[in-house]
Formats: sequence, C-alpha cells, structure tokens
Amino acid sequence: MSEAQRTPFVESLLEAAAQAQLPGSGIGWLDAARRENLDAFVSAGLPDTRVEAWKYTALRALGQRRFAPGDEQAATRVVDAATFTLPGVDGPALVFVNGVFRADLSRVDALPAGLSLQPLSQALKGDAEPLRFALSRHYREGGDAFARLNAALSGDGVVLRVAPNAKVAQPVHLVFVGAAAEGDLAWHVRHIVELGEGAELSLVEHHVASGEQQHLGTQVTDIVLRKGAQLRQVTLQNASAGSSLVRHDSVQLDEDAQATLYVLELGGALVRHDLHATLAGDRSRLETHGVFVLNGRQHIDTQMAIRHQALNTASDSVWRGVADQRSRGVFRGAIVVAEGADGSDASLSSKNLLLSGQAEIDTKPELEIYADEVKAAHGATVGQLDERSLFYLRSRGIPLVEARAMLTAAFCRAVFASLDNDALREHLDQQLMAHLPSA
Amino acid sequence: MLKIENLHARVEGKDILKGLTLTVNPGEVHAIMGPNGAGKSTLGNVLSGRDGYEVTAGSVTFNGVDLLALEPEERAAAGVFLAFQYPVEIPGVNNTYFLRAALNAQRKQRGEKELDSMQFLKLVREKLKIMQISDELLHRAVNEGFSGGEKKRNEIFQMAVLEPKLAILDETDSGLDIDALKQVAQGVNALRSTERGFLVITHYQRLLDYIEPDFVHVLADGRIVESGDKTLALKLEEHGYAWVADKDPALSGASA
Repeated sequence: MSEAQRTPFVESLLEAAAQAQLPGSGIGWLDAARRENLDAFVSAGLPDTRVEAWKYTALRALGQRRFAPGDEQAATRVVDAATFTLPGVDGPALVFVNGVFRADLSRVDALPAGLSLQPLSQALKGDAEPLRFALSRHYREGGDAFARLNAALSGDGVVLRVAPNAKVAQPVHLVFVGAAAEGDLAWHVRHIVELGEGAELSLVEHHVASGEQQHLGTQVTDIVLRKGAQLRQVTLQNASAGSSLVRHDSVQLDEDAQATLYVLELGGALVRHDLHATLAGDRSRLETHGVFVLNGRQHIDTQMAIRHQALNTASDSVWRGVADQRSRGVFRGAIVVAEGADGSDASLSSKNLLLSGQAEIDTKPELEIYADEVKAAHGATVGQLDERSLFYLRSRGIPLVEARAMLTAAFCRAVFASLDNDALREHLDQQLMAHLPSA
Repeated sequence: MLKIENLHARVEGKDILKGLTLTVNPGEVHAIMGPNGAGKSTLGNVLSGRDGYEVTAGSVTFNGVDLLALEPEERAAAGVFLAFQYPVEIPGVNNTYFLRAALNAQRKQRGEKELDSMQFLKLVREKLKIMQISDELLHRAVNEGFSGGEKKRNEIFQMAVLEPKLAILDETDSGLDIDALKQVAQGVNALRSTERGFLVITHYQRLLDYIEPDFVHVLADGRIVESGDKTLALKLEEHGYAWVADKDPALSGASA
C-alpha cells in the first residue's frame, strides 16, 4: 500500500508507537515482533467493507479520527472501586485503567493455590521467554488491523495460569476501566490464559467506564485449555457510550476440555468482538451464551467462529440481540466441522428483536461440514415483539412500555439461566433491564 | 355499570357487531350465547381494547367513562378483566412476578399504594384458596406448558387477585373436560359479589349449569336477538340456534 493512503488514524498510532516506552522493550524478539506488526498495520491500514468479515461494520469514520499515544496519568487517575464492584465476584482482581495496570485497585494478595496471576507489564520484567510463543506472533497474513495494532502497541494485560488439577473456586475478576482523559486515546491490552490439565477456573472479564470518553480499546486474548480443564467465563461489556472497543478472543480446547462462555454486550458506540474457538481435542465441549442490547446509534458486531477439529466434540451457542432506536447489531456465527471430526454435535441459535423501525440486525449463521455422523442445527431469526403477548400483559393493567420491557427482558434472560453464580446472574439481569427502553 | 349502546364493530373490513345494546349492573351475571361467527369473541375483544377491532358506531361507557377511549391497561385499571379464550404463553416471565407487576401497575394507575412482596404473597395465599392452583404453577413462566385446564384456572386466579369490577369470560369452557369445567365454575362463583358484574360468553349451555346467570342473551349476526332469564339457555340447548333464527325471519339468512 502507498503512503498516500495513510489515514489520520494510522498516522496518530504511528506517532504513538514512536513515542511509546512499552514494557518489555529491549527484549530482542519482542521488539522485532512489535516492529513487524506495526509495519503490517501501517501498510494495510483498516479494512473496508469489501472485506467479508467487515461487511457490516464500516471503519471509515474511525479512520478519520486521531488518538493520543497513551494516558500518562493512567497510573494515578482516581477511579471509584464502586464502578467495577460485582456481586458474587470477590476473589482475585486485576484492574487496568486506560490499559495500564493499577496495583492500588487490584487484589492479588493471597492467591489461591495453583493460580498464577500477574499483569503482563510485570511478567515482562522477569523471564519473558514463556511468553515468547504468544507475543512473537506476526499478523502479516492472518489476523486483522486491530490484531496487528494490538501486537505492535500492547505492553500490558493479564498473564494467568492455573496449575494442573488446581481448582480455583473464587472467580477471578479482570477489570478494564476506560477513564475520561484530556483527549481521545487508544489503549491496548494483551492476555494470555492457560489452564493446565484438569484445572478449573471462573473468569469475569469486565469493561466499565469512569466518566464519559471516546477512547479506542483493543484487546487480544489467547486462552488454552489443556486436557480436561474447565473454564467458565463471564464477559460484562459496559464500556462508555462513546467509546470503541475491539476484542479478539481465541480459545483452544484440548481433549475433554470444557469452556462455557457468557457474554453481555451493553456499552460502547462501536464494538467488535471476534470469538474464535477451536475444539482441538476429542470430546471437548464449548458453550457460548451471548446477549447484546443496543440503543441510540450503537453498533455492535460479534463474529464467532467455532472449529470442530476432533472426534465427538460438541458446541452449543445461544445468542440473542435486541436493537432499539437507530442502532445496529451484527452477528455472524460460523461453525466448521473439519474433516475427521466425526461424531461432532454443533448447534447455534441466533434470535433477534427489533424494537424500532430504524434499528437493524444482520445475523448470519454458517455451517460447513466435512465430517461424518455429525449432528448440526442452526437457526436465526429477526423479528418484533409478539402482539398477542403484549396485549395479554396490557389487558392485565401493565402499561405498554413496561410490557415491552418485560417481554424483551424475558427474551434475553433465558440465555443466562444456566449461570450458577446467582448473585452475578441477578446483576447481569439488572444490567440488562437497565439497558432496555423505559424499563 | 357497563352500558353498551348500538355498538357496531368491524374486523379486517368485515362488519361483525351490528348494533349491539346491553347493560350490565353490579352483581349481575349476564350470559351471552350464540352460534359460531355471531360476534361473541369480538365483543370481548372490543371491550378489552384489542388492536384490529374498529368501532364504527355506538358507544360503550363503564361507570360513566367512555371505555372505548381508554388503552387496554387503562381499562384494566378501571376494573375490566378479560379471561381469554386462548391464554397466551409467555416464556421467561414468571407467573407470580407478572401478576404482582399487573396488580401494582393497576394500583399505581388508580393512585393506590403498591403492594410490597410480603403483602402480595399474603394476598396470593388468600386467593389460592379460591382457585386450586398448585404453588408450582405460580413459579413457572406465565401459562408456559400449562394444560388447557391449568390455563383457564390461571385466568380465574388472576381475576381473583386483580379483583375487577367487570369480568368478561370469553368461552372459558372451551376445551375443558367436565371436572376442569366444574373447578373453573367454582372459582367464578366464589368471586360473585354484589359489586361485581359478569359477562359470560359461551357457545354451550353446559357452563351455565355451573355458573347460574341472571340474564341470558342470544347474539346472532352481531346483535342481541333474544333476552331472557336462565330458562332461555335451556330452550336454546333443546332447540338449537336455528330456533332463534326461525323466530326472527330477518335472521333466517344468517349462517348458524
């Protein structure tokens, strides 16, 4: 690509890279990886809507924006702990403000046996070699602009390991606070999570806002579940209404591993979530449960790709979307059952509700099967609230707006029914209700 | 209490009610009988405010208020209750939660104090005695997976909790076996009072064996063509709706 195509977005981030004093700089392989990814990002720029994966999410406006290189005051900004306190989640916590680790807000003393948890910035000060494989990845060919950008500019994040057979009872809370700063800034976090054989972990990923801002956050997460490991992860995305957030999760499941993921997307102006899971080991199982609730001019795009690659693997995905006003939701659920992944069982349901004539939801389930004896089911709908149900509620005295909110909440609520942390489930429910129109 | 005068209504461009006049006073039980297509369900739907029913002439006042000008929820708060012929299943909405929300919404609209969960629970326990409903049904989603009889009992149970001034029972007997029918009728009878009026819409006379009406009206081709006491229902049962048509030559062309 020619230099002439550099957008203000790319220019501002190039400047950021020149100024940045990233943790870990001086480590040869890391410097090289960052440089290569930056070059790839600069030369390719942002994708346009001709790229299939970005068909429904235009980045033109983002491309015209400039972001400050980082938040110099991130280490000292006052953030009220109440903004991220969650009922049912009082175990270890790592808190990041505008992408920078905050020891003062975190809770890492007395970690349960078998849990190793530290910020990436700290991990890079010690022996960085165990991180080399994950962090030296180049996104020249695969990956997209944000993965490259993240690889070039992230210096902090979470490094979490659970020792084989360790069962961590208390959920680990990972908090990402977007805090108001002098201007719009871009922050980047990179996480590496590994559960050893037979290990168990509950993880809560939590995006919140402290003050109104229009930052861009990028996050790349690699999760590996070794044989028989079990992960339950809840993501509550409640970022500032004006902010942009791009998350890329990769989950690898080895033999007999199980992952159950819950995602509630509520905040942000422009939100993109790529969730790529590989059922790499026989009998591994994945459940995903997701809800997005949009209003105003929010745009939330979820791209899920599940690859069944081994025998007798199972995936079950249930996603619900609600769009009001002039918002737009995008959901793509692509399931591939690879050759040889016989006996796989894959199901995907995406149901969506439009609460306004100007809202839009594009849902696209895709199923590709190259194996035998496969059970697969998928379905996607976009519709409106059922008139008969609305009238029934109203005929009992419930006003129209309340009746609509009640039915909309009911539409979403079942998605989290299997979450066995009652206090957290109720909190998600309340958050959901609070985001529904006139509830 | 309820005054319907010369009511004309149409659905999808088709005239269904063609000049219906009826008055229900507090404490009275009126049965509306008629053949299929006579406009029985349309009457219930028009009174409760369902969309898609266009009133082209006439008036309905409820305690002096123009009922037709009110939204469905306002009619409910004013004291009108419709027991549905086909109660709607609402997955994800808990039955008890729904009922409390409904009662409190009505109370709020009437400027009364809302009930807290303890007060509401007490009320529910009291009303459970009237209508045999198992606790288990209360904890399920509204009507979800209920049997036909359970759905109808749930309607009457809701009525018991909401305590309307006027209860409209739209073919509450349809789809019920005799035991379920008796249970529903017992519930209704327990709710009869000098302050409450009933409009019992039915195709068959058998419901009226258990809910004894003060007045019986025959609805045919959108109008009340015959009124009388409960013996009228028996006559109808004996002679069929054709008998009414025979008595009224203007109706002989109407489909029965």
